[in-house]
Amino acid sequence: MDPETIHDVEGVGVHYVHRHDVIVVGAGLAGMRAAVEASAEFDVAVISKVFPTRSHSGAAQGGIAASLANEEEDHWEWHMFDTVKGSDYLGDQDAIEILVKEAPVVVREFEHMGSPFSRTPEGRIAQRKFGGHTKDFGRGGPVLRACYAVDRTGHALLHTLYEHCMKNGVRFYPEFYATELIIRDGVCRGIVAWDVINGGVHVFHAKAVMFGTGGYGKVFKITSNALANTGDGLSLVLRAGLPLEDMEFVQFHPTGLYLQGILVSEAARGEGGYLINDTGERFMERYAPDKLELAPRDLVSRSIQTEINEGRGIGGEAYVHLDLTHLGAEKIMRQLPQIHELAWKFLHVDCTKEPIPIQPTAHYSMGGIPTDKDARVLLDGKETPVTGFFAGGECACVSVHGGNRLGTNSLLEASLFGRRAGKSMVRFLRETREFPELPADAARVSIAEIDRVLSADGDQRVSDLREELQERMTRDCGIFRNAEKLEAMMADLVSLEKRFARIRIDDRSRRFNYDLLEAIELGHMLEFSELIVAGALKRQESRGAHSRVDFPKRDDEKWLKHTLAWKTGGEVRFDYKPVVITRFQPKERTY
Amino acid sequence: MAMMTFKIHRFNPDDERRGRYVQEYQVDVRKGMTILDCLNEIKWKQDGTLTFRRSCRSGICGSCAMWVNGMNRLACETQAATLGSNRIEIRPMPGYPVVKDLAVSLDPLVRGLMAVKPWLIANGPPPTDQERLQSPEEREKLLGLYECILCGACTSSCPSFWADGDYIGPHAFLKAYRFVADSRDDGAKAHLDACDDKHGLWRCHTIFNCVEACPKDLNPTKAISELKKELVRRKIG
Ligand SMILES: Cc1cc2nc3c(=O)[nH]c(=O)nc-3n(C[C@H](O)[C@H](O)[C@H](O)COP(=O)(O)OP(=O)(O)OC[C@H]3O[C@@H](n4cnc5c(N)ncnc54)[C@H](O)[C@@H]3O)c2cc1C
Ligand code: SF4
Ligand code: FES
Repeated sequence: MDPETIHDVEGVGVHYVHRHDVIVVGAGLAGMRAAVEASAEFDVAVISKVFPTRSHSGAAQGGIAASLANEEEDHWEWHMFDTVKGSDYLGDQDAIEILVKEAPVVVREFEHMGSPFSRTPEGRIAQRKFGGHTKDFGRGGPVLRACYAVDRTGHALLHTLYEHCMKNGVRFYPEFYATELIIRDGVCRGIVAWDVINGGVHVFHAKAVMFGTGGYGKVFKITSNALANTGDGLSLVLRAGLPLEDMEFVQFHPTGLYLQGILVSEAARGEGGYLINDTGERFMERYAPDKLELAPRDLVSRSIQTEINEGRGIGGEAYVHLDLTHLGAEKIMRQLPQIHELAWKFLHVDCTKEPIPIQPTAHYSMGGIPTDKDARVLLDGKETPVTGFFAGGECACVSVHGGNRLGTNSLLEASLFGRRAGKSMVRFLRETREFPELPADAARVSIAEIDRVLSADGDQRVSDLREELQERMTRDCGIFRNAEKLEAMMADLVSLEKRFARIRIDDRSRRFNYDLLEAIELGHMLEFSELIVAGALKRQESRGAHSRVDFPKRDDEKWLKHTLAWKTGGEVRFDYKPVVITRFQPKERTY
Repeated sequence: MAMMTFKIHRFNPDDERRGRYVQEYQVDVRKGMTILDCLNEIKWKQDGTLTFRRSCRSGICGSCAMWVNGMNRLACETQAATLGSNRIEIRPMPGYPVVKDLAVSLDPLVRGLMAVKPWLIANGPPPTDQERLQSPEEREKLLGLYECILCGACTSSCPSFWADGDYIGPHAFLKAYRFVADSRDDGAKAHLDACDDKHGLWRCHTIFNCVEACPKDLNPTKAISELKKELVRRKIG
């Protein structure tokens, strides 16, 4: 590793240059799992805009799926069927097969590294039920498949990976914010990042770069996601001239705390919680007479939103009630202590005595950076990889989730494809002795961007624009979509982009300037939101989480294909690629 | 609804002239608003220069620990209305170097953590195609140890850390004991030796500030006394 040097090449401006074999951007499950793998053999650095253990993976509660069959009979083929069906047949079955087959290995490795899983009486990893995971190709009842550490699974796994990265001597650059991906002639050469704490532009020169930059829930007003989940990685990829895949598929979870969006786990309904509207009606009886509150996520979200839209939200407001009071205080405190704590801490509601105000919340992004099964980023629909560039986790799209993701499959995806990214980087690095040439002006664009924002002196507040974006995305590109709303949203995005050119920020200092970062993040959000909206406008069908009221049916003939979208010169361009179908032919998804 | 006054301790390293100072803001606090919501409202609507860390806003990531009306707390899970006062004073967590406003340097936190070899040390390779077995009773021993979110509130409130900036710190001892107590770990000697340092365990005077400060109700003092007992046992035994 070279010592860092200060450069001031003609006209580019002062910046630092670092050199590592591998640069991982993102310290969630995907990024750190890749780092653990590659650091066994190579010099790996991880940069993350938040301190590693503060990555959003730590918020996951429920579990990580694997057909360990520790508690009862289970098979990877069953897990595969559930995942394919859950995806509304848009998932690529070759990738899904890898996901479900390797799941037990990945989970056991976490255990070997020291993750504190909950245990069965025999001392094995304990498993619990989760929505959509069933026995016998959907013919049996729910199966015990989700491995868990009480209700802190994400936390337990994230900290284990951080510990192993420390053990392996991974070099961390915490609170560094990636501002550019350096790709020239189809070869990735590193990234540019801003040192959040001290200020300053740093170029990270690398033989391989991996993105594990997570989700983008923050483009919606109500979301279960962290404030850091602004999807930066996606627009960095777009700006480098690469496409994104299936961006129109955004998952909404039915039960977020009103106004906060913080997740109230499925377990609340599992234990017998009811959903009630303003007239006191248990309205799920009308939408799903058999499954009631335990119908699939997308259906329950749509039902709640319909009640709200038709004026039957509580007091006409945008929420309904999740009532647990009939369960009794004793059961609530024993089975749902975390939910009790959340409702109390965040809404000041005691759910043993009063119902919890809830509304659907933006939760997970199925689309993202197109990759192959070895986590290599693809240039186009024809499987051409970008040399030296890898991605995994929520920011990526190998398409194991297709149109709709099953609970507990995303921690699995992030760690499993993170691990595969690590392995592919090792293979790649064994053949790649030399660093690719670093362009002398690599830092130019980032330096200019930061200087421009720091001196921005317009009349628009970043937070106002962000709020407008979030509100409109929720209203016009949320759970229910139609051509009219989506077209209005496209127009809104154009005007928001125009106003974004006229922002001002209050903080002009260079050290620890979140005012600056929030402005840059907004730029990213505006950019990739256009792909979500344009993709949703194009896709004239309803599939999984994408629900077009003007095209209520799934249309396999026209739309059983993946969207690829580029943004060049301000224009969005589309292409499509076929879905890989191996074992399970598409059929209607009934529950 | 109530109008509340926020007295916020501020510092910008780029503005030496001003040094440290206190600035007041008014926020119209609605039902359910947390301290973090109030700070966001100030930052987004009134003064974009106000600086603090935040991310998950649900009490799990550890970003937003700060000193609020006399105690280290997570801003995101503290309801403004529950503090029983219309005047709220906010400072950065004590003990750490301040980077800017409410954001402190995390370097001491990481240094302490690294010192105790915070990872599972196991002799020999794990079984193939199978997890290591650990009984529910053995797993139970990790309760109250593995949940730490590394927010740093404990170490910040510790007089031993105020006196010695290189003090390893309760957060790190909790982590060390999390491994010593783990039935799968064979590295007790390595973890313990690391704690048995001039900036280590023996500087703890059992003042319990860390226990009081921990927003996750963990007990680093207990972990420290277990580590001490273990060390003494080994020295005598
Ligand atoms: C409340 C909640 C509960 C969930 N529960 C479950 C569950 O029980 N089971 C399940 O399977 N899934 C669950 N999920 C989904 C799952 O947690 C996520 O999909 C998964 O953790 C994503 O991991 P990741 O590694 O891709 O990204 P993240 O963990 O989000 O990490 C992203 C990383 O990228 C970094 N980053 C981003 N942009 C930049 C930039 N510009 N520069 C530098 N760094 C950057 C961030 O700092 C962070 O380190 C849940 C999600 C939520 C929101
Ligand atoms: S022990 Fe408690 S106070 Fe200390 S770092 Fe961990 S969670 Fe924070
Ligand atoms: S913002 Fe994560 S703990 Fe407060």
